[in-house]
Amino acid sequence: MSLADRAIAGEVRAAARLMRIADDRTGDYIQEMVKIWAHTGHARIIGITGAPGSGKSTLTDALITHYRSLGKSVGVAAVDPSSPFSGGAILGDRIRMATHANDEGVFIRSVATRGHLGGLSVSAMDIAAIFDAMGKDIIIIETVGVGQDEVDISSLADTCIVVVMPGAGDDIQAIKAGILEVADIFVVNKADRDGADRTARDLKTMLELGAKRVWMPPVVKTIALKKSGIEELAEGIALHSNYSDNEDKHFARLYHAALGLLKDRLVNSCFTPDRFRELLKTQGDPYSVTIKWLKNHGLEA
Amino acid sequence: MGKVRILIAKPGLDGHDRGAKVVARSLRDAGFEVIYTGLRQTPEAIVNTAIQEDVDAIGISILSGAHNTVFPAITGLLKEKGASDIVVFGGGVIPDEDIPFLLESGVAIIFTPGTSTEDVIKFVNEKITAKIH
Repeated sequence: MSLADRAIAGEVRAAARLMRIADDRTGDYIQEMVKIWAHTGHARIIGITGAPGSGKSTLTDALITHYRSLGKSVGVAAVDPSSPFSGGAILGDRIRMATHANDEGVFIRSVATRGHLGGLSVSAMDIAAIFDAMGKDIIIIETVGVGQDEVDISSLADTCIVVVMPGAGDDIQAIKAGILEVADIFVVNKADRDGADRTARDLKTMLELGAKRVWMPPVVKTIALKKSGIEELAEGIALHSNYSDNEDKHFARLYHAALGLLKDRLVNSCFTPDRFRELLKTQGDPYSVTIKWLKNHGLEA
Repeated sequence: MGKVRILIAKPGLDGHDRGAKVVARSLRDAGFEVIYTGLRQTPEAIVNTAIQEDVDAIGISILSGAHNTVFPAITGLLKEKGASDIVVFGGGVIPDEDIPFLLESGVAIIFTPGTSTEDVIKFVNEKITAKIH
């Protein structure tokens, strides 16, 4: 049996290995992923994003506990940044989810960005697809700690949660492009800290200033560490599913995975960095070198 | 080309994870992907995590004196789950006379206090990088 068949049958080791070859783009990943993608479209995919230290992993942990209490199986892809210098990474999101390590209904995978911007890895949707094909009911994708403009997840998750902390900037920060449009649900985490009510109020005010939307993102206060506010958050997630166009989101995931593969294959098929650098050094301007390079490889510039 | 993935874990009750963090950091700087579990992990949790993360190796830091129980428990569980291809190495305060037993129970190498991080990286490169590339 192929890795994909074994993963679809629920075998953890095969699924984990398949995630590896999809991430590395080695082995028979193409044939395997063709099978996997044919089995997707059933899980509910929740994205969690927010600034570093806002409590994304702890909130993920609390949501896992909640969904497990309802008997749902959960897959988690937790993304952390790769070092731009060494290419290595320390992936530490699991530390906050340690209580689920021996629960067979929970599969947590740490993923490094490997240079991809937008808060995810190129492989993130492939990994979610493998969870989906395994039959996981709920998939949580936790992005790297993001700032103001790294928000792939908003178009890819069925429901996107943005986590903020009390006192994290004034109301102008909130209306800058990015954060307000990204969230289907806002979470003000660490709500036992000073300024939580103020932050929640500011967010609500800013949301109301914007154009009327069919779905008005709720602002939920949580203390993830104490599992407080999680029921309300889960209610918000359930309610949002009536408003979210899940087919549209599923298509966005196909597109993300396809584009990632296309870029990789194109670059690998025609690009040799050393030779390109050499040309650029001797011929100077980036435009003519690139256009000539493309033409030499039979690609219309 | 694949990236080497290594789990760094701290089993048992001692709360000193500075050594584990130093090793994790230096492995990251050498270009590896390091998954760090945090403190007080059971052998079962460590093995489950290693399998979910599809790591090439597990590095165990242990200072509590429970090494003669913890290491065989981990290598035993790996074998039970058909995952004994995952290399196990260890570090910490481990008396020389205990090392032969640990190696016999399937641990690839034990790094004792005073080991430089370069030695750990060299081990990973020789034992794992060479294998997967």
